[in-house]
Amino acid sequence: MYAKVLVLRFPPDIVDKPIITNLVRSYNLTFNILKAQIFPRKEGLMILELRGNKNDYDRGLEYLKRIGVKVEPIGQSISRNEDVCLQCGACTAVCPTGALHIIRPDMEVVFDSERCSGCEWCVKVCPAHAMRVTFDRHMEEETSISQGSS
Amino acid sequence: MGFSRTYEEINEKIKSGDVVVVTAEEMTRIVREKGEKKAAQEVDVVTTGTFAPMCSSGAFLNFGHTSPPIKAHRVWINNVPAYAGLAAVDIYIGATEPAADDPLNRIHPGLFEYGGGHVIQDLVSGKPVRLKAEAYGTDCYPNRFVEKTLYLKDFPNATLCNPRNAYQNYNCAVNLSSKTLYTYMGVLKPKLGNANYSTSGCLSPLLNDPLYKTIGLGTQVFLGGGVGYVIWHGTQHNPNVPRNERGVPKSPAGTLMLLGDLKQMSGRWLVGVSMLGYGCSLAVGIGIPVPILDEEMAYYTGVGDDEIVTQIKDYSFTEPEPLGEVNYAELKSGTIRIRGKEVPTVPLSSYVRAKEIAEILKSWIKDGRFLLTKPQKYLPGSSEPKVK
Repeated sequence: MYAKVLVLRFPPDIVDKPIITNLVRSYNLTFNILKAQIFPRKEGLMILELRGNKNDYDRGLEYLKRIGVKVEPIGQSISRNEDVCLQCGACTAVCPTGALHIIRPDMEVVFDSERCSGCEWCVKVCPAHAMRVTFDRHMEEETSISQGSS
Repeated sequence: MGFSRTYEEINEKIKSGDVVVVTAEEMTRIVREKGEKKAAQEVDVVTTGTFAPMCSSGAFLNFGHTSPPIKAHRVWINNVPAYAGLAAVDIYIGATEPAADDPLNRIHPGLFEYGGGHVIQDLVSGKPVRLKAEAYGTDCYPNRFVEKTLYLKDFPNATLCNPRNAYQNYNCAVNLSSKTLYTYMGVLKPKLGNANYSTSGCLSPLLNDPLYKTIGLGTQVFLGGGVGYVIWHGTQHNPNVPRNERGVPKSPAGTLMLLGDLKQMSGRWLVGVSMLGYGCSLAVGIGIPVPILDEEMAYYTGVGDDEIVTQIKDYSFTEPEPLGEVNYAELKSGTIRIRGKEVPTVPLSSYVRAKEIAEILKSWIKDGRFLLTKPQKYLPGSSEPKVK
């Protein structure tokens, strides 16, 4: 059994197609949707865990890429600014998957993006604003521009 | 009885480079392995550290006289209100003051993205800030409005002055109710979802000198990356709480008022923080050296996490009495048992950074850059060392 949490980005022209259904029917995969959103520009975003045997998984991913879905590991969309992180541990109260966890007895707070489900709770809870989410790339660009001018 | 050494002797050793300094964590091991007698002979100074949000913090700033002069009545820095009820251009910026246009908790839980603590961090990080001052105008101070961009170096005086820091022990916070709480102790999930605590345990300054025998008025400390001083006991200082057989308080007890030159400090050790649904604050890095004057001080600094307990408090106002007692070794293990339930523990105080502070202070002392100071006056509740 092979399983991975992925960020899928659907371009506007295929956002209304039943793509995940095909993953189940034609590629024998199971899924668990953690987040799904359509942005104002009609681009779709989905975070899901995809599960199946490795061969089916690889074929499924090939299918997604062929029809124009961008597939990324979640670590590309959620990251921690290591210079800003205080290593306190406040985030571990809300992280539902244990992606943010503490290594004992050193009490080092680590972020394992492989286990992240993209819930974004850490973004609000981190006292130092160390967690960054860039699911909406366009919005991210707009934010950084407005910050730069202030 | 037994072995003793003086502040003067320790400072001579610091100057000659012969001083033996260890962190409080290392001292716990040394005392457990060799006993306090041997530890006292070998170790001159123990360094402590803590790094956590400390709300009762802020800075006095003098922003320099303008031409024509102004007696500032209302002042904002980066749109965060500062207290201006002092002389003409003296102000106090408090850590928990949110920006004037902050939506606060109107949509609960509020984010409190920028406040006084962030202003202080921006200043010590060398960033420019926008200062705005309004006045009603007087014959001697006719100017009614000033707006200018300043760097920390442009302020003639900038002094960090924190009325209450370095709490000696603090509650372990939980939530018995059925809804999530957003508190100064972090997010508390319902029905004992997590247990939050905020102390560096065996590294914590006042837990290594539980009866205030060496930390007092005038003690020189690491403060926000620079050098500061204990200038008084902190607000809410309460030495009269129940203590264990080692003299370590079992609930929040002593506190310190600290002061230091903001211009020496750094954005790594003064960090503006936002506590979801609660407000803004400032994480302050503090390190205090404890001189090993005798075997008794070796004994005190040998304290381990398993010898420090605190009370588990319900923050939902359901249960006024503590739900039990827990020690810091249990808290640091990751889970504790409360009312038969396994509850994950969450630290708000950075142990990694506390340790880094203890190491930095150790290197300052070893390099001969930091001398120890004998208190000019002991804190309330201190069992002062006997005059020899």
